[in-house]
Amino acid sequence: MKIGLFIPCYIDQFYPGVGIATLELLQKLRLQVEYPLKQTCCGQPLANTGAEKEAIPVYRNFVRNFSRFDYVVSPSGSCVYHVREHYDILEQTEEVIKVRNNTYELCEFIVDILQMDDLKINYTHKVGIHQSCHGLRGLKLGKSSEIIADRYSKVHKLLEKASGIQIIQLDREDECCGFGGTFSVFEPEVSVRMGTARVEDHQHNGAEVITATDMSCLMHMEGIIRRQKMNIKVVHIAEILNSNSL
Amino acid sequence: MNAHAQITANFLANRERSDWHDQTLWMVRQKRDRVAATVPEWEELREEASKIKDHVLSNLERYLLQFEEKAVANGVQVHWAADAAEFNEIILQIINKNKAIRVVKSKSMLTEECGLNPFLERSGIEIVDTDLGERIIQFRREPPSHIVLPAIHLKKEEIGELFHEKLNTEKGVSDPHYLTAAARVHLRQKFLTAEVAITGVNFAVAETGAIVVCTNEGNADMGVHAAPVQIHCMGIEKIIPRTMDLGVFTRLLARSATGQHITTYTSHYLEPREGSDMHIVIVDNGRAERLGNKTFRDSLKCIRCGSCMNTCPVYRRSGGHSYRYVIPGPIGSVLAPHINIRQYKDLPFASSLCGSCTNICPVKIDIQQQIYSWRQEISQKKKFSAFKNIPLRIAGRIFAGSRWYDFSGKVARWAIRNLPRRIIYHRINVWGRGRELPEVSGESFKEWYKRSYISTHK
Repeated sequence: MKIGLFIPCYIDQFYPGVGIATLELLQKLRLQVEYPLKQTCCGQPLANTGAEKEAIPVYRNFVRNFSRFDYVVSPSGSCVYHVREHYDILEQTEEVIKVRNNTYELCEFIVDILQMDDLKINYTHKVGIHQSCHGLRGLKLGKSSEIIADRYSKVHKLLEKASGIQIIQLDREDECCGFGGTFSVFEPEVSVRMGTARVEDHQHNGAEVITATDMSCLMHMEGIIRRQKMNIKVVHIAEILNSNSL
Repeated sequence: MNAHAQITANFLANRERSDWHDQTLWMVRQKRDRVAATVPEWEELREEASKIKDHVLSNLERYLLQFEEKAVANGVQVHWAADAAEFNEIILQIINKNKAIRVVKSKSMLTEECGLNPFLERSGIEIVDTDLGERIIQFRREPPSHIVLPAIHLKKEEIGELFHEKLNTEKGVSDPHYLTAAARVHLRQKFLTAEVAITGVNFAVAETGAIVVCTNEGNADMGVHAAPVQIHCMGIEKIIPRTMDLGVFTRLLARSATGQHITTYTSHYLEPREGSDMHIVIVDNGRAERLGNKTFRDSLKCIRCGSCMNTCPVYRRSGGHSYRYVIPGPIGSVLAPHINIRQYKDLPFASSLCGSCTNICPVKIDIQQQIYSWRQEISQKKKFSAFKNIPLRIAGRIFAGSRWYDFSGKVARWAIRNLPRRIIYHRINVWGRGRELPEVSGESFKEWYKRSYISTHK
């Protein structure tokens, strides 16, 4: 099984540690992983701003880099969702279809494809799980609170087995943090207000750490935490999943 | 800043009020969750409702004609209005023909959409909104901020003040029971003297010609039962095929809207009372055009429950007036640009695309996807300012290949690390107004990977 590692642009540039944790984890799981060097971005920042046409060359670059792999794995639900959902505007060649079908978010890949849920994690912290919207409602990594059905959550499934971890309950289990890509700069006031409210929910329910499947949500909340000098930190899920000695 | 962001900034400036607004609507959302969960087949019901609406939209002409035929046979006078102007004209004619000047109205977003109140007032007609929330905003001469809770932006103290001024209630008293009782006395007089009663329509049953109005206060019935002339106003999309389909929608509507199992009143109007007139006005006003538009057709399924507003974290924290359209929130952001793309081009961007609206919609409109699609249309139709356009075009070039991307990333990281704070956090850095930028390291993941894997393997 050949895995292509997709590290989204902002993780590549700003949070290399998240990429390293993802790569290390996949290697510990004895997978053959390669990081194609000519990758850039999934094109979502453009498309979500209405520039889907301008994003087509970006989509093509993604497909060129990743179509030769059995699976593409990425530590970002949002980018994966974009590839699966919005690459429909490309001509649906064999390569495009393959990439759309085989691109997975990290937790989803571990639970659904590797069929594992116990990664022997050791993580002695009180953790609040921020359920990033595109992972939750787009990729259906869990049941969102609006849907009337049995609960499930792939992220919880992976974290619940960790030793030492204490997962806290939130007042609003899956409210958006207000990042929303370019929304964060087109609507800065409401974006920051939403983010502050999310951080406060985690904080007053006793979390020491906020984790999520998307570093973008965490980057937004971290920006707020640091500006307002709040006492809580953000850690990407890949770094928690990699806290083991597999 | 765009108009929505500007108004929202003002709304948020009053922290106490905006938090209260958010929390109040969140409580409605939670009530909806609890009550919807009592229906084990909830998700199947949503699917069923969506399919019925799909079927109706695909056979709309046939059902509308069937509805008209049945209604006429029941003794109802049916009118067709192509747009808002024609609609208002038809209503005025009915009023004039009956030599009426006093009109009461209940439960109609369509008349808001068409601007009926100001139109009739200009013609010397007294039109009184009889539902409490609507009456409040009518007194204040402002538009609704929510389609089910039109005065949700106001607090009870403000209503106490307003009623003191308009209804002579005791100054400084804001007890809701007291104020409601005062409104009731005031409205009773209006009901007793009204010559024409207007209502909206929730559902129009094609097989019987009946219309159904769902209310909590019973004002639609009060109006219709007292006045010699009744007028019901509906958009062409309100049709359902059979009476038996109604149960699917009434089970969804109240639970989605307010978290009630059912509305207090579900009133069926079939035929005029003896000696009185019953009119139904069927309005297009841009709907037929939307029906022909594959991308946005599904927005016609909307049953106006307002649940997408209650669940929307942006709506809850920006207030209904920030949308500047009669229907605010996520569904409003989809509907408004059809009316005027230039005026409302900011609305599809007033969303974080979290998708909660799509998941909550009782008729399964993929609202999030429609918002996304509007963004594409607005951008392709070149409605953006250069401020937005040029960075997008540059980003397109950068991301299309790794050379420019790697280089730009390096420059950006260098800048964040090395430039003085006053430059990095200059006011054009909108991100930095309320947030710090990430603490970047010298090396990107790609650089680390190359150093760790590529060079050692060589």
